Amino acid sequence: MSQDLAGTKPVIQFKDVTKVYSLPAGDVIALNHVTFSVEPGEFVAIMGPSGSGKSTLLNLIGCLDVPTSGDLWISGTRIGDMSDYDLTLLRRDSIGFVFQQFNLIPLFTVLENVQLPLTLKTQSSVAGDRPKDVLMSVGLEPALYTHTPSELSGGQQQRVAIARALVNDPEILLCDEPTGNLDRKTGTGIMELLAGMNRNGKTIIMVTHDPKTAEYAKRIIIIEDGRIQ
Amino acid sequence: MILFEFAKRNIRLHWLRSFLAVLGIVIGVASIAAMGILGNSMVLSIGESLSSVGDTIVVSPHTGGSGMGPPGKTNEKITDRMVEQIKRAVTPNLAIPVYSGGDRMKIGSKETAGVIYGIKIDDIPTLLEVDEGSYSRGETAAMVGRKFADENDIKVGSRISVGTKGIVRVSGILKERGMGFDINPDYGIVVTDNWYAQAYNATDYDMVVVKVRDLAQIDSVKESIEKALNKREQVVNVLETKKILETIMTAFSSISTFVMAIGGISLIVAGVSIFNIMMMSVTERIREIGIMRSLGAQRLEVMKMFLYEALILGLVGSTIGGVFSLLGGYLVSSLILKTTKYVFVPSSLLPVVYGMAFGIAVCLVCGIYPAWKAANLNPIEALRHE
Repeated sequence: MSQDLAGTKPVIQFKDVTKVYSLPAGDVIALNHVTFSVEPGEFVAIMGPSGSGKSTLLNLIGCLDVPTSGDLWISGTRIGDMSDYDLTLLRRDSIGFVFQQFNLIPLFTVLENVQLPLTLKTQSSVAGDRPKDVLMSVGLEPALYTHTPSELSGGQQQRVAIARALVNDPEILLCDEPTGNLDRKTGTGIMELLAGMNRNGKTIIMVTHDPKTAEYAKRIIIIEDGRIQ
Repeated sequence: MILFEFAKRNIRLHWLRSFLAVLGIVIGVASIAAMGILGNSMVLSIGESLSSVGDTIVVSPHTGGSGMGPPGKTNEKITDRMVEQIKRAVTPNLAIPVYSGGDRMKIGSKETAGVIYGIKIDDIPTLLEVDEGSYSRGETAAMVGRKFADENDIKVGSRISVGTKGIVRVSGILKERGMGFDINPDYGIVVTDNWYAQAYNATDYDMVVVKVRDLAQIDSVKESIEKALNKREQVVNVLETKKILETIMTAFSSISTFVMAIGGISLIVAGVSIFNIMMMSVTERIREIGIMRSLGAQRLEVMKMFLYEALILGLVGSTIGGVFSLLGGYLVSSLILKTTKYVFVPSSLLPVVYGMAFGIAVCLVCGIYPAWKAANLNPIEALRHE
């Protein structure tokens, strides 16, 4: 594994990564020999038009998919030929997902949603204070913890989702259009929250097409036709 | 565990369709287990009758019909000569000739009717057991069946006037005998053969009860009676009680098979509906499955989530079905066997356990494919699912 950039170990490293989808109409090259890396503590925005390969990039970083060729390290682990089981473990322990649609489980309360990744990790329903601490840190009052997601506003739901993403203390926070379903003011609040997390050292990768949102990032990667510009 | 909680809440959310699917399991388990209970109770109660009257061969006049009609209702009788022949044929076993009939009876001012058996004083203790009082000693003494005594308030020492034939004095009350295949004195009285012969002007007997000392000899004793009396033409029917019981068991087993088949079909239908609602559940929750997978739930954990759902449905359905089967077994048993003492014994409860295990197994088996399908969804596509 390479140890470039002042001796720090990149949390994400793409080396000549290509991703090809085989469709009935023919092969689609979603990512074409992509090389880049992300250092710990960075706040990176990935931008590009739809169909540019943004989602593919996100799925690869999120360990939901593996590259067709090239080398890809996430959190120091090469994921090229990992089994579904090991990819899932990596996802559980090193990646926190924040989605545009919040994606909370409607059958569970706020607190249970946040406990979920921790329960999957510890295989125990005793969660301790960690979920409540994280919920406090994203700015949600304890009165809301027993509510179900449908009883919350969009902004509150996204805060729950961020708390859920952070509960296992992952190395990478992966945000897919985190403000896409929110009004400008609420969106700003969420971005302030994420910026604060980043100031505390969390590595954040965010996909967005909104330049205003991208301004919060310290670095912007633009992708077009499967290539980084 | 959170996965179990997940399954539980999903069932609660869709309680109506879950309830309907469970209903089939309930019916299936209940009917299979209830039949098992009844079957076992039947075997036990017949087994008990077998040990008490299994040593009995009943010789009755051949009526030309099925031979199963109640003795004493035909003109055919068993003569003294035939009794002698039977006695010779079964030696050293005991042959007891019995008169049987029925008449109106008067106890005090109360009028009723009952069966009357006429048996030699010396033979009464061989056939019957006394509960209260003593065996008949005089010719005008009578023994009374337990149920007849209770219903008509008859005590030892009571006097019963039998039709227009005279008065007998009660010397003892008989122990309740239950369903018997030779004589059924529970609802009647037993008088001495001499009293009966005089009262009804009877010379020939209605039946001969043969007590075989060694159960292994039943067949050979039966054969020698047949040989002695039925050589040229059939004049008597020789029935061993075991055969009668076997006939009943055969009849029961076909009823039981039928009901169990219905139970089995019900379980299959229930299995299909469990499969159906599980598939619905998977389809409705594709996005949730994607979320779970992105949060780090393994395939096996997703599978468990859905198998728990099937398991809960199976457990609930089988438990309710098990309870119903006990109630049903109790009810049917009390109606058909007139006793429920065999319902709550371990060997009767075993079918309930089997039925429940089968119900749960059906649910789990039908849940496997939907759960497997859920577990193997592509997480990316599942997350994108609207």
